Amino acid sequence: MSYTSHEIFQRSTAPVTVDEDKCIADKGCTVCVDVCPLDLLAIDLSKGKAFMKFDECWYCMPCEQDCPTGAVKVEIPYLLR
Amino acid sequence: MNTHVLEYDVVVVGGGTAGPMAAVKAKERDPSLRVLLLEKANVKRSGAISMGMDGLNNAIVPGHATPEQYTREITIANDGIVDQSAVYAYARHSFKTIEELDRWGVKFEKDSTGDYAVKKVHHMGSYVLPMPEGHSIKKVLYRQLKRSRVAITNRIVATRLLTDATGRVCGVMGFDCRTADFYIVRAKAVILSCGAAGRLGLPSSGYLMGTYENPTNAGDGYAMAYHAGAALSNLECFQINPLIKDYNGPACAYVTGPLGGFTANGKGERFIECDYWSGQMMWEFYQELQSGNGPVFLKLDHLAEETIKTIEDILHTNERPSRGRFHAGRGTDYRQQMVEMHISEIGFCSGHSASGVYVNERAETTVAGLYAAGDMAAVPHNYMLGAFTYGWFAGWNAAGEVAGREFSPLDDEQIAAERQRIYAPLERESGLAPAQVEYKLRRMVNDYLQPPKVTRKMEIGLQRFEEISADIEEMKADNPHELMRAAEVRAIRDCAEMAARASLFRTESRWGLYHHRVDYPQRNDSEWFCHTHLFKDEFGKMTSAKRAVEPYVLPLDNDESDAYQKLRIGERVSAPAAVPESA
Repeated sequence: MSYTSHEIFQRSTAPVTVDEDKCIADKGCTVCVDVCPLDLLAIDLSKGKAFMKFDECWYCMPCEQDCPTGAVKVEIPYLLR
Repeated sequence: MNTHVLEYDVVVVGGGTAGPMAAVKAKERDPSLRVLLLEKANVKRSGAISMGMDGLNNAIVPGHATPEQYTREITIANDGIVDQSAVYAYARHSFKTIEELDRWGVKFEKDSTGDYAVKKVHHMGSYVLPMPEGHSIKKVLYRQLKRSRVAITNRIVATRLLTDATGRVCGVMGFDCRTADFYIVRAKAVILSCGAAGRLGLPSSGYLMGTYENPTNAGDGYAMAYHAGAALSNLECFQINPLIKDYNGPACAYVTGPLGGFTANGKGERFIECDYWSGQMMWEFYQELQSGNGPVFLKLDHLAEETIKTIEDILHTNERPSRGRFHAGRGTDYRQQMVEMHISEIGFCSGHSASGVYVNERAETTVAGLYAAGDMAAVPHNYMLGAFTYGWFAGWNAAGEVAGREFSPLDDEQIAAERQRIYAPLERESGLAPAQVEYKLRRMVNDYLQPPKVTRKMEIGLQRFEEISADIEEMKADNPHELMRAAEVRAIRDCAEMAARASLFRTESRWGLYHHRVDYPQRNDSEWFCHTHLFKDEFGKMTSAKRAVEPYVLPLDNDESDAYQKLRIGERVSAPAAVPESA
């Protein structure tokens, strides 16, 4: 029997969070996804809400600033807080 | 994944600061041209000024400064290693660029008479023009792009330039970071404006994306220019900036300085005369940081409430607006405490220092058909206004040069090789995570290249970077997003090797901390009053050569030439190496 490669995923808390009551991604809005310089946000198609998909935040804030309903909150990543 | 073949007369790679200006000016010169702005993120919020900018650091406004004075000051601030023709070309055009931006709707601070409210931050002249409402600058640029009918593609990661049989650049290759689709863009001229190499060193926090530069600016432009055969100049003159500790925002010089804030040591005392960022300033900063008087702080707690409120309004809404949140989390209030500062990770950036792709005063690189502008183009201390101005030059000149030119035929071999290189991580069954390879690579950049530089350490670094090349062949990307990170790791590795080789070549110390070599601690003008050029030689090997500094257009006075050697307060006597009057 040969050794097979095995991956372990590290847990991290997303510094960008979305208030799903305010998010209007289900109405077709993709502003936060569009403006992220690092392309970290995505729309969860099952819920029709935006979420942070990749943990590579530069905490630059266009997602929060440009959100038309104020649904996005950027916090400083834990390692820098 | 699909392959898209596009054709444009002029392709601008990078839609941050210089790029949009280049695209608009190319269209302005020749509206019949098809111009594409190709962007890795989204042009609406990309690049170093994605959240705006709080001021111009190098505005040459009539009545406040002259192009001649500015050119002399930058020559001195960069230890004499300057082709003045390039700096002077910027300086003479600077006000024209300001007026254009003003017309477009960028807001600059004006006094009660309507004159630009220029402040003094540099050692000698006054060139700082605040933009307290500079947060909307990207919107202004976007409006101009739309109006000029520039074509835009977002989320395309450019990875290599195409060259024809004569060595002329004739296109760009890359992929979409969401669909992984392959793009071949044919062009008659390409303008690179991809920003700094900002992900070279690892921030001391250890957080990969906590860089001073927008981490999207991973050094892709430097790597693409190198592989296309362009010369890169003075790469050993690293970018290192004074930042708030653990937070990647700058603070002092340009915004708080004119309002009374200053850089202080642990005792709350001022130790440098001038907060303008130069290698010498960083050297003194580093000395204080390491000394018993350390660490270094930004001191604002002596200022009036009204002034502090103004500073907060500017700093917490522009450029790095999450700063207020960071301070709140640490319980730091400008009124009560000094703010702890530290030095940034190393990078390449001619916007702040002098490390970039060589360009002349027409924004031409050493490769036909290839232009460069902005942070990645070597016009020392060029900053945002220099990026706009050289973007203007690049767009205007490229448009003139491509008129009547035909497309070069595509080289299938180059395309096949690049396709294979790009997609290998996606096709691999299993392998290393790009983020881990990047972390290790950048940690080694810190271990072996961070100044003070030591010869033997840099040689070991080169060995390690060679080993990382092998790791890169083992990377596995799970999705197109990770494929983008994998492509960036390759560019970062190329930059790391360039940083080591350029630093080893110049066997002297110059530019303060930027190139302090412990085993060659003295500045040696007799052998090293020259540029260094790094390039791929005819055998594909990374090579360095000396290039003479162009004779000065504006000779320096003896008494001003060592002004930047005397930055420490209370030490006004010693300053051995004066800059010769001309090369």
